[in-house]
Amino acid sequence: MFGFIGSRLLQAVPVLLVVGFIAFALFDYVGDPVSILLGQDHTEAQRVALVQQLGLDQPFFVQYARFLWTALHGNFGISYRLAQPVSSLIAERLPATLELAITASVLAFAIGVPMGVYTGIHRNTLLSRLFMIVSLVGVSLPTFLLGILLILLFAVWLGWLPSFGRGPVVHLGGWWTTGFTSWAGIRSLILPAITLGMFQMTLIMRLVRAEMLEVLRTDYIKFARARGLTNRAINFGHALKNTLVPVITIMGLQFGGIVAFSLVTETVFQWPGMGLLLVQSVAVADIPVMSAYLLLIALVFVLINLVVDLLYYAVDPRLRVRR
Amino acid sequence: MPLLDVRDLTVEFPTRRGTLRALDRVSFSIESGEILGVVGESGAGKSLTGAAIVGLLERPGRIASGEIRLDGQRIDNLAPEPLRRIRGRRIGTIFQDPLTTLNPLYTIGRQLTETMQTHMRLTDAEARRKAIGWLDRVGIPAAAQRIDAYPHEFSGGQRQRVVIALALCAEPALVIADEPTTALDVSIQAQIITLLKNLTRDHGTAVMLVTHDMGVIAETADRVAVMYAGRIVEIGPVAAVIRQPAHPYTDGLMASIPSLEHRVDRLRQIDGAMPRLDAIPAGCRFHPRCPRVFARCHKEQPELLPAGATNAACWLHANG
Amino acid sequence: MMLARAWNSDLAYSFRTSPVAVASAAIALVLIIAAAFAPLLAPHDPMDVASLSLLDSFKPPVGMADADWSNPLGTDNQGRDVLSAIMYGMRISLLVGLLSVLFAIVVGVAIGLLAGYAGGVIDSILMRIADVQLTFPSILTALLVDGVITAALPRTMREALQIYVIIFAIGISLWPNFARTVRGSTLVERNKDYVLAARVIGVPSWRIMLNHVLPNVIGPVMVIGTLGLGLAIIAEATLSFLGVGLPPTQPSLGTLIRFGDDFLFSGEWWVSVFPGLALILMVLAINLLGDWLRDALNPRLR
Repeated sequence: MFGFIGSRLLQAVPVLLVVGFIAFALFDYVGDPVSILLGQDHTEAQRVALVQQLGLDQPFFVQYARFLWTALHGNFGISYRLAQPVSSLIAERLPATLELAITASVLAFAIGVPMGVYTGIHRNTLLSRLFMIVSLVGVSLPTFLLGILLILLFAVWLGWLPSFGRGPVVHLGGWWTTGFTSWAGIRSLILPAITLGMFQMTLIMRLVRAEMLEVLRTDYIKFARARGLTNRAINFGHALKNTLVPVITIMGLQFGGIVAFSLVTETVFQWPGMGLLLVQSVAVADIPVMSAYLLLIALVFVLINLVVDLLYYAVDPRLRVRR
Repeated sequence: MPLLDVRDLTVEFPTRRGTLRALDRVSFSIESGEILGVVGESGAGKSLTGAAIVGLLERPGRIASGEIRLDGQRIDNLAPEPLRRIRGRRIGTIFQDPLTTLNPLYTIGRQLTETMQTHMRLTDAEARRKAIGWLDRVGIPAAAQRIDAYPHEFSGGQRQRVVIALALCAEPALVIADEPTTALDVSIQAQIITLLKNLTRDHGTAVMLVTHDMGVIAETADRVAVMYAGRIVEIGPVAAVIRQPAHPYTDGLMASIPSLEHRVDRLRQIDGAMPRLDAIPAGCRFHPRCPRVFARCHKEQPELLPAGATNAACWLHANG
Repeated sequence: MMLARAWNSDLAYSFRTSPVAVASAAIALVLIIAAAFAPLLAPHDPMDVASLSLLDSFKPPVGMADADWSNPLGTDNQGRDVLSAIMYGMRISLLVGLLSVLFAIVVGVAIGLLAGYAGGVIDSILMRIADVQLTFPSILTALLVDGVITAALPRTMREALQIYVIIFAIGISLWPNFARTVRGSTLVERNKDYVLAARVIGVPSWRIMLNHVLPNVIGPVMVIGTLGLGLAIIAEATLSFLGVGLPPTQPSLGTLIRFGDDFLFSGEWWVSVFPGLALILMVLAINLLGDWLRDALNPRLR
């Protein structure tokens, strides 16, 4: 078991090194950091001093190693745009993004799976067709547009929910901030979470439906019927459990998608998270923030893949013996 | 009163190109504790008959007419819920391929106890004890330990033993065994058939044994029904059907089986192939391939007629 | 030739008998014509700044008070006709979408052929890259590629080259799907007898394979391409909405929605909602066509 986790972590190292390399190449070679940092007016002496200070006169691999070493210590340099350490900028915004992304995932899963099971079992009912139409619209509706339409309906016209920001937040344990402690904070989360979770929800629904259709045709489901098991036991016990393996994979991959799309949602709702930071940084080519974000996302993906592997292990006994 | 009585069972599949009749007025019965073999080529309607009896026809197939009675009670027109209570409890089913019939994600113990507890009032401990008993009876060594193993940890033959335990564990009066040995190694086939025969004899369970293997039928069954293109063409005691087949198709079927007892120089085979469901010939369905065909066979479809010790659907026996 | 005709007629039959396919094709056709002939069909020229008058600003769409038919969908803050702006915007959205997909097809098919033909290490490396990129959300790929190229370009050239940067960024985010399909087909063909036979008689096998592989992948590539077009249009709209896409001088649907977003709270909802609806309609029609095409070419999947 621990050997399994260990080997998975070891496999992740090269991925992180490669992404780190890309991030480093970005950091040092795109957009001439020296002139960006110094601005228009500077002397040659200032320039040389900065080059030395940044270590830009060092050989390539020394620079790479230094970059990795400082990154490992959570130091990603200074944002060109905000003139603050990137690490503290990100740490400030990480809780907002994670809170939004996790709420959206839970929402997508909790609604998408039952809808998928229902449409898989009852293929031709009216409700099934309605769900399929909803899912089609969900796939075709760009996230930012959904956000705008929700704002128009629930914030501008009906005035029920706030349209931007996180509402009041409370500091927990030093650096974590949460909006869950107040009703206003939760209300602020509703529209962004729906916006972000919609695409994932329809994806999960379609996937669960397709897998259910596949599984319901298998011999072991027919045999379960022939043994007189109840529909409930067959659909939710035997069939659903067998659809979980692919669903877990997609969920894992999609959590990355959720983090990515959170930058769109955060822009629409002015949600003070990492995504908004990234978009603002891309607009002005703020390379240190972009490379730090890239590394962080890679790390998130590696961790998610690990969790997915562990969940497989829990769901499918066939994987347990092979090791 | 027979345990199972099937009268004029007709199964149809509505398709875009018209309705296909997959079973046409099939009638037979099974007595308590009796083993009825059902033979025929693939597509003759053997498995379909079994599926129709337990109400598990695949859509869009449906029973168009006829009656199925279990202990005198009609079961072909039951609502889904009462029918479900019959499946497993009064009619067990054994499938062909043990590699795909067991749910890979549940232990065999869980699948056994689940089946028993669906149909009988048992505490978890009682169900587990009975499950171990069943595994023991079907010949799984160290049953008490293996009960918590997953299907992939068993060999194909062992898995079919588990499937047999699952089919019998709620003590049904009838078991429909659909090609129970076809997917297994030849060396294991005989063991499984013997196991099935002994277990059902001990419990007084009747068996409808669907197979295309005449050898298995000869060893196991009391009576045999021969199916061709959705109809029963001959039915009677095994010995009589094998020694003196009354239908030319049965005759051909028997002659195509190699025998150890009397050496034949050549195995005969039946020319042609069974017709597709959308191209069933008029008159007797077998007449295009029949070596003894005559005028009447082209026009009229024969019903089962007494023919010596058996019944055969063949005009050769019309004068009787 | 005969085979091709039969295949085509099957496809045509399946198209005629699917109301969804016919309807979405009709919608797509109307939108494409409206976009392609916008200079001829649009009631106004939204690019012509001289014709704009602030007196006409924020006219509501027909159906509301103070509306008139000269601006059926209303006007924006500068008095620009929303309908005309949508038609011109669709032109750009469709153009960028099509070119991105085309770029992705060229890159994906080339890499797929190379990976399938070369096999071994080259194959593993290329497919590993494709896998990694597939797990990486395409909008993020496009955004980062866009950001990096923008940062690398000299400031003065940014605006002029922006449209190519966007096409490149979106195309790059879409190639792995094509590459995987083509590689699969290539692997199947590579082991067939005629390739070995060709090698024996001295014909370069890659040439024969090209002739056999390409017809086989037309179907799947069409399906992935159609669905990819929907994705590309959404990606472009998203980038433009985020303000890192096309420059305001070439407003696509996404840019229009971003402009209109500012007026949501002051009540002028039509400035962003109508371009949004046009976008949804376009993507929905394309996705439905793609779904239909996939099912029609692959009868095994219902």
